Amino acid sequence: MLIIDCPYCGRRPEIEFTHGGEAHLVRPPQPAELSDQDWAAFLYMRSNTKGIYAERWRHARGCGQFFNALRDTTTDHFLSTYKSGTPRPVVNTTPSEEGHS
Amino acid sequence: MVSSMARLAPLVTTSEWMRALPFATRLILQGDAAARTAAAAVWGVSFSQIACRALSQGSRATLWLGPEEYLLLDMSDESASVATLEHAIGNIPHALVDISHRQIAIEISGPFAERILNGGCPLDLDLSAFPIGMCTRTVLAKAEIVLWRNRADAFHVEVWRSFTGYVAGLLREIAREYYPV
Repeated sequence: MLIIDCPYCGRRPEIEFTHGGEAHLVRPPQPAELSDQDWAAFLYMRSNTKGIYAERWRHARGCGQFFNALRDTTTDHFLSTYKSGTPRPVVNTTPSEEGHS
Repeated sequence: MVSSMARLAPLVTTSEWMRALPFATRLILQGDAAARTAAAAVWGVSFSQIACRALSQGSRATLWLGPEEYLLLDMSDESASVATLEHAIGNIPHALVDISHRQIAIEISGPFAERILNGGCPLDLDLSAFPIGMCTRTVLAKAEIVLWRNRADAFHVEVWRSFTGYVAGLLREIAREYYPV
């Protein structure tokens, strides 16, 4: 089973967590001033990166907190987890031992 | 009012390793350090600053569930006053909810307690990884539980009322390996 490192509780089994979509999306301060196209882009368009992707996760069956994680979408390897509101960490992008990309 | 224990009696079969604990008062407190300080003054137990740790004093306990979420237990009293706590916390922003009737407590004890729980719970329950006083919300197969180790060989398990039959039945099945019928 995949082990995810919750920034609050430590290393916990994957089934305690739920996925929360792409991280670091900023809601436009004045949505009414946006064109429909820009608003739709904010609502629906995601980068869907192949490789290292910043995502929100929630420790739903643990402490209940949202946090962010860097995950390699090709290998499912978690490179880092960090609290919401903190900047995306810089990680070594060379493939890890677990990664085969 | 029908006694909750009367309703639960058929679900949790008392055995040498499992028993239903008496009815208790359970409260969920969400709030910052100021709210917890005010609550601790009347509850009589302070709140752990360390994640996943419970503190207890007599029949009362506070269990860390999240950075600003705690479960307050009073195992001796069916009606520990919510009003007293509310009065003590006063205007400090918080949420205090009485969940006494939402869940019941089961105690799993004995030399096989860890192994029986691990039949449905993927956490490392070895004493070195899950020491006495550690508590957490987690899963037991398909049910959400709160697990609290209060002795080396005993776990306090909080289960939502409607999951009790499922959890107790599942644990009985797992325990057949260690306690042959």
